[in-house]
Amino acid sequence: MSRISIDRADFAAIAQWVKPAARVLDLGCGDGALFRYLQQQRGISGYGVEIDDDNVLACVKNGVNVVQRNLERGLHELFEDQSFDYVILSQTLQAMRNGERLIRDMLRVGREGIVTFPNFGYWRNRLQVIRGRMPLSETLPYQWFDTPNIHLCTIADFERFCSERGIRILQRKVLTHGRPLRALPNLLGALAIYHFGAAG
Amino acid sequence: MDSADIASSKSTLGIVTPQRARFSAPLPLSCGRSLADYELAYETYGTLNDARSNAVLVCHALNASHHVAGVYADDPANVGWWDNMIGPGKPLDTGRFFVVGVNNLGGCHGSTGPLSVNPTTGRPWGADFPLVTVDDWVNAQARLADHLGIRQFAAVMGGSLGAMQCLQWSIAYPERLRHAVVIACAPNLSAQNIAFNEVARQAILTDPDFYGGDYYAHAVQPRRGLRVARMVGHITYLSDDEMASKFGRTLKHGKLNYSFDTEFEIESYLRYQADKFSGYFDANTYLRITKALDYFDPAHAHGDDLARALAPARAGFLVVSFTTDWRFSPERSREIVHALLKNKRDVAYAEIDAPHGHDAFLLDDVRYHRLVAAYFDRVAGGEA
Repeated sequence: MSRISIDRADFAAIAQWVKPAARVLDLGCGDGALFRYLQQQRGISGYGVEIDDDNVLACVKNGVNVVQRNLERGLHELFEDQSFDYVILSQTLQAMRNGERLIRDMLRVGREGIVTFPNFGYWRNRLQVIRGRMPLSETLPYQWFDTPNIHLCTIADFERFCSERGIRILQRKVLTHGRPLRALPNLLGALAIYHFGAAG
Repeated sequence: MDSADIASSKSTLGIVTPQRARFSAPLPLSCGRSLADYELAYETYGTLNDARSNAVLVCHALNASHHVAGVYADDPANVGWWDNMIGPGKPLDTGRFFVVGVNNLGGCHGSTGPLSVNPTTGRPWGADFPLVTVDDWVNAQARLADHLGIRQFAAVMGGSLGAMQCLQWSIAYPERLRHAVVIACAPNLSAQNIAFNEVARQAILTDPDFYGGDYYAHAVQPRRGLRVARMVGHITYLSDDEMASKFGRTLKHGKLNYSFDTEFEIESYLRYQADKFSGYFDANTYLRITKALDYFDPAHAHGDDLARALAPARAGFLVVSFTTDWRFSPERSREIVHALLKNKRDVAYAEIDAPHGHDAFLLDDVRYHRLVAAYFDRVAGGEA
């Protein structure tokens, strides 16, 4: 569940949405790079959650508060209801066995959620599937037989998922090669970033 | 958990010298009694800096002592119980930190305890030595800190019962420590933990050589009871898998002898540990330390709300648990972490996937030691 560092454009996009001095829980925080970025840019506080030993060590070295936890086990036991302003799940949703439960847990623990994921509907991915191959692209760099990704979705899938569950999408940003897109996001966008809250 | 078992390599700290400090201001105890005056045995390693800001207190667990690291000039085989953790270049680096180890009150390694002479009677305290608690120990340790001129520790560190003392430090003296390193801990004992302690105590209390705790007058020790107590303890320190891989069903003599002599290797191991332990440990101390464990429960006075109990704490915390520790399981550490998160404290929490059970906190494990080293880098960075 380590984070793919394509570039830091998604960090900047997330930082724009996070209010200064917010309490943040960063799920699958890797070595703490995003958390530190948000500390520097927004003066946030809070915790990262990470499963991998080396990443936990890196967080300690980087001065990031980290809780070692397998996200498949959920956030119960450790995190109180509504104890964070934002719960961030960056490039981890597609690797979760039960992503729906985790998104619900995010909105239990935090007032708002921010999730980023590779858009399977990106044209480069579609083209490879049409040609009969599993896709390899900037946000999907893994071979089919050696990938942490088990639940890939498209932008259209995610938006339907949210609307069916009463999850309110507050903001959306779609990036390709780190640059924001306006038109045809589900076709042209490589990475999707959503800011969402519980039904109002 | 004896020093000789732990020391996987020769001590890098070298020769250390135990010291004693005498305190004549009465120490009020949780039980309502007080100690008019008392001594604490302690050791220090490294150098206290000019700002007196680099001191780390290491609290000991059930059977250990102030001899945390290094060896004695007159006893080079006696390696400190956490020597693999503490010394030059070790995770707790004595080149950087001034490390203090202290034998707790009621102990049998030099601090005032049941073996000591009660000044009012001129005889050993024995059964009359008060039942001391974790709170009492921490209060006594704070006086030792005063004695050493340490206003604030860079960190207080411990494993198991030692980690409980860290929690108590963070609650009772929040301004006197910047970090707490809480390893293989639990916020209180479970009924099962207390049950094991009670078996150990009953073994001692029913030993005919116990004499109600005043066995010194009879020049005996309730060795049989201590042996059984130690065996019970050892069973809880190891994981099932670790016992299986270390001993399995291996027979000492290759075949069944249809007798009650040692037949399985595990029996031999337990008897060896029991013999060794009963040769140096005092039964009255053992009884008291198991009681201190049973009584520790900071949340109790706060409606069983651990977060409220830990509300005064200001320290940053490193909390570490071990996946196969069934004595103080990771679930118990998560209770501590949950409470600290609720209080918005700085926390790093790691679950080390180690096979050794509770004993893992004393053993070499690269991931564990790297983590503690990295945390102490942070501690050192914050104090410069």
